[in-house]
Amino acid sequence: MENKNLYNYILGVADNSLILGQRLGELCGHGPSLETDIAGTNISLDLIGQTRSYYQYAARLMNDGRTEDDIAFLRLEREYKNVLLVEQPNTHFGYVMGRQYLFDVFHLMFLKELQGSKDDTLAAIATKGIKEVSYHKRFSGDWIKRLGDGTTESHQKMQEAIDDLWTYTDELFDMSDADKMLVSEGIGVDVSKLKKDYYREVSELLEEATLQVPDSTYFTRGGKKGIHSEHMGYLLADLQYMQRTYPNMEW
Amino acid sequence: MKKNWPLWEVFVRSKNGLEHRHFGSLHAADAEMALENARDVYTRRNEGVSIWVVESKHITASNPENNGELFEPAQDKVYRHPTFYNLPDEVKHM
Repeated sequence: MENKNLYNYILGVADNSLILGQRLGELCGHGPSLETDIAGTNISLDLIGQTRSYYQYAARLMNDGRTEDDIAFLRLEREYKNVLLVEQPNTHFGYVMGRQYLFDVFHLMFLKELQGSKDDTLAAIATKGIKEVSYHKRFSGDWIKRLGDGTTESHQKMQEAIDDLWTYTDELFDMSDADKMLVSEGIGVDVSKLKKDYYREVSELLEEATLQVPDSTYFTRGGKKGIHSEHMGYLLADLQYMQRTYPNMEW
Repeated sequence: MKKNWPLWEVFVRSKNGLEHRHFGSLHAADAEMALENARDVYTRRNEGVSIWVVESKHITASNPENNGELFEPAQDKVYRHPTFYNLPDEVKHM
Protein backbone atom coordinates (compact mmCIF):
# COMPACT_ATOMS: atom_id res chain seq x y z
CA MET A 1 0.00 0.00 0.00
CA GLU A 2 2.80 2.35 0.89
CA ASN A 3 4.50 1.64 -2.41
CA LYS A 4 1.31 2.43 -4.27
CA ASN A 5 1.26 5.95 -2.78
CA LEU A 6 4.85 6.54 -3.67
CA TYR A 7 4.15 5.16 -7.15
CA ASN A 8 1.33 7.64 -7.66
CA TYR A 9 3.46 10.44 -6.35
CA ILE A 10 6.32 9.65 -8.74
CA LEU A 11 3.96 9.55 -11.70
CA GLY A 12 2.54 12.93 -10.73
CA VAL A 13 6.06 14.34 -10.87
CA ALA A 14 7.32 12.47 -13.92
CA ASP A 15 4.30 12.92 -16.19
CA ASN A 16 5.06 16.65 -16.41
CA SER A 17 8.49 15.87 -17.85
CA LEU A 18 7.16 13.21 -20.20
CA ILE A 19 4.44 15.35 -21.70
CA LEU A 20 6.57 18.48 -22.01
CA GLY A 21 9.36 16.37 -23.50
CA GLN A 22 6.90 14.96 -26.02
CA ARG A 23 5.65 18.43 -26.92
CA LEU A 24 9.18 19.67 -27.55
CA GLY A 25 9.99 16.47 -29.42
CA GLU A 26 7.22 17.26 -31.88
CA LEU A 27 9.31 20.25 -32.94
CA CYS A 28 12.38 18.18 -33.80
CA GLY A 29 13.29 19.23 -37.34
CA HIS A 30 10.77 22.10 -37.27
CA GLY A 31 12.59 24.69 -35.17
CA PRO A 32 12.91 28.24 -36.50
CA SER A 33 16.64 27.76 -37.07
CA LEU A 34 19.06 24.85 -36.91
CA GLU A 35 20.46 26.15 -33.63
CA THR A 36 17.14 26.60 -31.82
CA ASP A 37 15.92 23.30 -33.23
CA ILE A 38 18.81 21.42 -31.65
CA ALA A 39 18.41 23.37 -28.42
CA GLY A 40 14.73 22.42 -28.14
CA THR A 41 15.44 18.80 -28.90
CA ASN A 42 18.22 18.76 -26.30
CA ILE A 43 15.79 20.02 -23.68
CA SER A 44 13.26 17.42 -24.77
CA LEU A 45 15.84 14.66 -24.36
CA ASP A 46 16.84 15.96 -20.92
CA LEU A 47 13.21 15.79 -19.83
CA ILE A 48 12.62 12.33 -21.26
CA GLY A 49 15.82 11.14 -19.60
CA GLN A 50 14.54 12.39 -16.26
CA THR A 51 11.21 10.73 -16.95
CA ARG A 52 12.91 7.39 -17.53
CA SER A 53 14.69 7.55 -14.18
CA TYR A 54 11.37 8.22 -12.43
CA TYR A 55 9.43 5.54 -14.31
CA GLN A 56 12.15 2.92 -13.86
CA TYR A 57 11.99 3.57 -10.14
CA ALA A 58 8.19 3.46 -10.16
CA ALA A 59 8.19 0.16 -12.08
CA ARG A 60 10.65 -1.31 -9.58
CA LEU A 61 8.41 -0.26 -6.69
CA MET A 62 5.38 -2.03 -8.11
CA ASN A 63 7.41 -5.16 -8.78
CA ASP A 64 4.67 -6.77 -10.88
CA GLY A 65 6.44 -7.07 -14.20
CA ARG A 66 5.47 -3.69 -15.56
CA THR A 67 8.22 -1.69 -17.23
CA GLU A 68 9.01 1.99 -17.78
CA ASP A 69 7.53 1.61 -21.28
CA ASP A 70 4.23 0.30 -19.93
CA ILE A 71 3.99 3.33 -17.68
CA ALA A 72 4.91 5.78 -20.43
CA PHE A 73 2.87 4.34 -23.29
CA LEU A 74 0.02 2.21 -22.06
CA ARG A 75 -2.03 4.36 -19.73
CA LEU A 76 -5.33 6.01 -20.56
CA GLU A 77 -5.67 9.77 -20.70
CA ARG A 78 -7.25 10.05 -17.25
CA GLU A 79 -4.31 8.17 -15.76
CA TYR A 80 -1.76 10.84 -16.74
CA LYS A 81 -1.36 13.36 -13.93
CA ASN A 82 0.61 16.14 -15.62
CA VAL A 83 -0.43 19.76 -15.20
CA LEU A 84 -2.39 21.39 -18.04
CA LEU A 85 0.46 23.82 -18.74
CA VAL A 86 2.82 21.25 -20.25
CA GLU A 87 0.31 19.74 -22.67
CA GLN A 88 -0.50 23.06 -24.36
CA PRO A 89 0.29 23.02 -28.08
CA ASN A 90 3.30 24.49 -29.91
CA THR A 91 1.30 27.48 -31.15
CA HIS A 92 4.40 29.49 -32.09
CA PHE A 93 7.97 29.83 -30.91
CA GLY A 94 7.14 32.52 -28.34
CA TYR A 95 4.43 30.26 -26.99
CA VAL A 96 6.85 27.35 -26.76
CA MET A 97 9.38 29.47 -24.86
CA GLY A 98 6.67 30.91 -22.62
CA ARG A 99 5.36 27.46 -21.73
CA GLN A 100 8.91 26.29 -21.15
CA TYR A 101 9.86 29.19 -18.89
CA LEU A 102 6.68 29.05 -16.84
CA PHE A 103 7.41 25.39 -16.21
CA ASP A 104 11.20 25.71 -15.81
CA VAL A 105 10.97 28.19 -12.94
CA PHE A 106 8.66 25.81 -11.08
CA HIS A 107 10.67 22.75 -12.08
CA LEU A 108 13.95 24.10 -10.74
CA MET A 109 12.39 25.17 -7.42
CA PHE A 110 10.74 21.77 -7.18
CA LEU A 111 13.93 19.79 -7.81
CA LYS A 112 15.87 21.87 -5.28
CA GLU A 113 13.31 20.86 -2.66
CA LEU A 114 13.19 17.24 -3.83
CA GLN A 115 16.93 17.03 -3.25
CA GLY A 116 16.14 17.03 0.45
CA SER A 117 13.71 14.12 0.16
CA LYS A 118 14.03 11.24 2.60
CA ASP A 119 13.79 8.97 -0.44
CA ASP A 120 17.39 8.55 -1.66
CA THR A 121 16.44 7.65 -5.21
CA LEU A 122 14.23 10.69 -5.69
CA ALA A 123 16.88 12.91 -4.11
CA ALA A 124 19.49 11.53 -6.53
CA ILE A 125 17.26 12.03 -9.58
CA ALA A 126 16.65 15.62 -8.43
CA THR A 127 20.34 16.34 -7.98
CA LYS A 128 21.10 15.14 -11.49
CA GLY A 129 18.19 17.09 -12.96
CA ILE A 130 19.05 20.44 -11.36
CA LYS A 131 21.94 21.17 -13.73
CA GLU A 132 19.85 20.33 -16.76
CA VAL A 133 16.87 22.35 -15.66
CA SER A 134 19.04 25.34 -14.70
CA TYR A 135 20.07 25.51 -18.33
CA HIS A 136 16.50 25.07 -19.57
CA LYS A 137 15.45 28.07 -17.51
CA ARG A 138 18.37 30.15 -18.70
CA PHE A 139 17.55 29.32 -22.33
CA SER A 140 13.80 29.94 -22.15
CA GLY A 141 14.20 33.04 -19.95
CA ASP A 142 16.70 34.56 -22.38
CA TRP A 143 14.27 34.02 -25.23
CA ILE A 144 11.42 35.67 -23.38
CA LYS A 145 13.62 38.70 -22.83
CA ARG A 146 14.68 38.76 -26.47
CA LEU A 147 11.17 38.44 -27.82
CA GLY A 148 9.51 40.67 -25.22
CA ASP A 149 12.12 43.39 -25.67
CA GLY A 150 12.49 42.76 -29.41
CA THR A 151 10.37 44.07 -32.27
CA THR A 152 6.78 45.30 -31.97
CA GLU A 153 5.55 42.02 -33.44
CA SER A 154 7.68 39.78 -31.22
CA HIS A 155 6.64 41.78 -28.16
CA GLN A 156 2.98 41.42 -29.01
CA LYS A 157 3.23 37.68 -29.69
CA MET A 158 5.20 37.08 -26.51
CA GLN A 159 2.66 39.03 -24.48
CA GLU A 160 -0.22 37.03 -25.99
CA ALA A 161 1.53 33.79 -25.19
CA ILE A 162 2.12 34.78 -21.56
CA ASP A 163 -1.49 36.01 -21.22
CA ASP A 164 -2.79 32.70 -22.64
CA LEU A 165 -0.54 30.48 -20.57
CA TRP A 166 -0.96 32.37 -17.31
CA THR A 167 -4.23 30.61 -16.57
CA TYR A 168 -2.39 27.29 -16.24
CA THR A 169 0.21 28.46 -13.72
CA ASP A 170 -1.75 28.23 -10.49
CA GLU A 171 -2.32 24.49 -10.89
CA LEU A 172 1.40 23.91 -10.41
CA PHE A 173 0.86 24.59 -6.70
CA ASP A 174 -2.16 22.34 -6.14
CA MET A 175 -1.59 19.46 -3.77
CA SER A 176 -2.92 16.09 -4.86
CA ASP A 177 -3.78 13.42 -2.29
CA ALA A 178 -0.54 11.66 -3.11
CA ASP A 179 1.33 14.96 -2.64
CA LYS A 180 -0.14 15.53 0.83
CA MET A 181 0.56 11.99 1.95
CA LEU A 182 4.16 11.99 0.77
CA VAL A 183 4.88 15.46 2.15
CA SER A 184 3.83 14.26 5.59
CA GLU A 185 6.34 11.42 5.26
CA GLY A 186 9.18 13.78 4.36
CA ILE A 187 9.47 12.33 0.87
CA GLY A 188 7.39 14.68 -1.25
CA VAL A 189 7.67 18.41 -1.88
CA ASP A 190 5.13 20.84 -0.48
CA VAL A 191 4.55 22.68 -3.76
CA SER A 192 2.06 25.10 -2.21
CA LYS A 193 5.02 26.74 -0.45
CA LEU A 194 6.76 27.50 -3.74
CA LYS A 195 4.01 29.71 -5.05
CA LYS A 196 5.12 33.08 -3.70
CA ASP A 197 8.72 32.77 -4.87
CA TYR A 198 7.53 31.48 -8.22
CA TYR A 199 5.36 34.46 -9.03
CA ARG A 200 7.98 36.86 -7.76
CA GLU A 201 10.69 35.37 -9.99
CA VAL A 202 8.46 35.15 -13.07
CA SER A 203 7.21 38.70 -12.61
CA GLU A 204 10.74 40.05 -12.36
CA LEU A 205 11.72 38.43 -15.63
CA LEU A 206 8.57 39.56 -17.42
CA GLU A 207 9.21 43.12 -16.31
CA GLU A 208 12.79 42.88 -17.52
CA ALA A 209 11.37 41.66 -20.84
CA THR A 210 9.12 44.78 -20.91
CA LEU A 211 6.06 42.52 -20.70
CA GLN A 212 2.96 43.02 -18.58
CA VAL A 213 2.49 40.61 -15.71
CA PRO A 214 -1.08 39.34 -16.23
CA ASP A 215 -3.40 40.38 -13.44
CA SER A 216 -6.04 37.75 -14.21
CA THR A 217 -7.15 35.75 -11.22
CA TYR A 218 -9.00 33.13 -13.25
CA PHE A 219 -7.06 29.91 -13.32
CA THR A 220 -7.72 26.63 -15.13
CA ARG A 221 -6.84 23.35 -13.47
CA GLY A 222 -7.53 19.64 -13.78
CA GLY A 223 -4.48 17.88 -15.20
CA LYS A 224 -3.27 16.79 -11.79
CA LYS A 225 -6.57 14.98 -11.33
CA GLY A 226 -6.37 13.45 -14.81
CA ILE A 227 -8.85 15.86 -16.37
CA HIS A 228 -7.01 17.22 -19.38
CA SER A 229 -7.53 19.81 -22.08
CA GLU A 230 -8.69 18.88 -25.57
CA HIS A 231 -5.08 18.79 -26.77
CA MET A 232 -4.08 15.84 -24.63
CA GLY A 233 -5.79 13.12 -26.65
CA TYR A 234 -3.95 14.08 -29.83
CA LEU A 235 -0.67 14.23 -27.99
CA LEU A 236 -1.20 10.77 -26.52
CA ALA A 237 -2.25 9.35 -29.89
CA ASP A 238 1.15 10.40 -31.25
CA LEU A 239 3.01 9.24 -28.18
CA GLN A 240 1.33 5.86 -27.89
CA TYR A 241 0.80 4.92 -31.53
CA MET A 242 3.78 2.61 -31.96
CA GLN A 243 3.30 0.68 -28.72
CA ARG A 244 -0.43 0.31 -29.33
CA THR A 245 -0.02 -0.81 -32.94
CA TYR A 246 2.99 -3.08 -32.39
CA PRO A 247 2.71 -4.17 -28.74
CA ASN A 248 6.07 -4.75 -27.03
CA MET A 249 8.02 -3.47 -30.00
CA GLU A 250 11.61 -2.48 -29.30
CA TRP A 251 14.10 -0.34 -31.15
CA MET B 1 19.50 36.62 -46.95
CA LYS B 2 19.76 39.85 -45.05
CA LYS B 3 17.37 38.60 -42.41
CA ASN B 4 19.77 35.91 -41.24
CA TRP B 5 21.52 36.36 -37.93
CA PRO B 6 25.23 37.03 -38.27
CA LEU B 7 27.63 34.13 -38.53
CA TRP B 8 29.88 33.17 -35.62
CA GLU B 9 32.90 30.89 -35.47
CA VAL B 10 33.02 28.45 -32.58
CA PHE B 11 36.17 27.29 -30.79
CA VAL B 12 35.94 24.53 -28.20
CA ARG B 13 38.51 23.28 -25.74
CA SER B 14 37.93 19.57 -25.29
CA LYS B 15 39.96 19.13 -22.12
CA ASN B 16 41.73 21.28 -19.60
CA GLY B 17 45.29 21.79 -20.78
CA LEU B 18 44.47 21.48 -24.47
CA GLU B 19 44.01 24.47 -26.73
CA HIS B 20 40.70 25.70 -28.19
CA ARG B 21 40.13 24.24 -31.64
CA HIS B 22 37.86 25.49 -34.38
CA PHE B 23 34.71 23.37 -34.33
CA GLY B 24 32.50 25.07 -36.88
CA SER B 25 30.19 28.00 -37.26
CA LEU B 26 26.61 28.96 -36.47
CA HIS B 27 24.13 31.81 -36.61
CA ALA B 28 23.20 33.93 -33.60
CA ALA B 29 21.88 37.40 -32.89
CA ASP B 30 24.58 38.28 -30.37
CA ALA B 31 27.49 36.85 -28.40
CA GLU B 32 25.37 35.48 -25.58
CA MET B 33 23.10 33.62 -27.98
CA ALA B 34 26.14 32.41 -29.91
CA LEU B 35 27.52 30.82 -26.71
CA GLU B 36 24.22 29.10 -25.92
CA ASN B 37 23.83 27.89 -29.49
CA ALA B 38 27.41 26.63 -29.52
CA ARG B 39 26.74 24.75 -26.30
CA ASP B 40 23.72 23.08 -27.87
CA VAL B 41 25.13 22.43 -31.33
CA TYR B 42 28.73 21.48 -30.58
CA THR B 43 29.05 20.20 -27.00
CA ARG B 44 25.99 18.03 -26.48
CA ARG B 45 28.05 14.86 -26.75
CA ASN B 46 30.41 15.93 -24.02
CA GLU B 47 32.97 17.44 -26.36
CA GLY B 48 34.02 20.42 -24.34
CA VAL B 49 34.95 22.25 -21.15
CA SER B 50 35.20 25.75 -22.61
CA ILE B 51 33.80 27.64 -25.59
CA TRP B 52 34.96 30.73 -27.44
CA VAL B 53 32.83 32.43 -30.06
CA VAL B 54 33.86 35.22 -32.38
CA GLU B 55 31.82 36.86 -35.07
CA SER B 56 33.09 35.62 -38.41
CA LYS B 57 33.47 39.11 -39.82
CA HIS B 58 36.21 39.81 -37.31
CA ILE B 59 38.42 37.11 -38.77
CA THR B 60 40.85 38.23 -41.43
CA ALA B 61 41.60 35.35 -43.77
CA SER B 62 44.38 34.87 -46.28
CA ASN B 63 43.31 34.95 -49.89
CA PRO B 64 43.51 31.53 -51.61
CA GLU B 65 44.66 33.33 -54.76
CA ASN B 66 47.84 34.28 -52.94
CA ASN B 67 48.62 30.72 -51.88
CA GLY B 68 51.47 30.56 -54.36
CA GLU B 69 53.47 33.40 -52.93
CA LEU B 70 52.44 32.72 -49.34
CA PHE B 71 52.98 29.01 -48.98
CA GLU B 72 54.84 27.47 -51.91
CA PRO B 73 58.25 28.95 -51.10
CA ALA B 74 58.22 26.89 -47.91
CA GLN B 75 57.73 23.62 -49.76
CA ASP B 76 61.34 23.13 -50.89
CA LYS B 77 63.00 24.22 -47.67
CA VAL B 78 63.27 20.91 -45.91
CA TYR B 79 66.11 22.23 -43.77
CA ARG B 80 63.53 24.19 -41.79
CA HIS B 81 62.24 20.93 -40.37
CA PRO B 82 64.26 19.51 -37.51
CA THR B 83 64.73 16.20 -39.34
CA PHE B 84 68.51 16.18 -39.57
CA TYR B 85 69.27 15.22 -36.01
CA ASN B 86 70.09 11.70 -34.90
CA LEU B 87 67.81 11.05 -32.00
CA PRO B 88 69.09 8.80 -29.22
CA ASP B 89 66.91 5.68 -28.78
CA GLU B 90 66.00 6.75 -25.26
CA VAL B 91 64.07 9.76 -26.56
CA LYS B 92 60.58 8.61 -27.35
CA HIS B 93 57.51 10.25 -28.85
CA MET B 94 59.34 12.72 -31.09
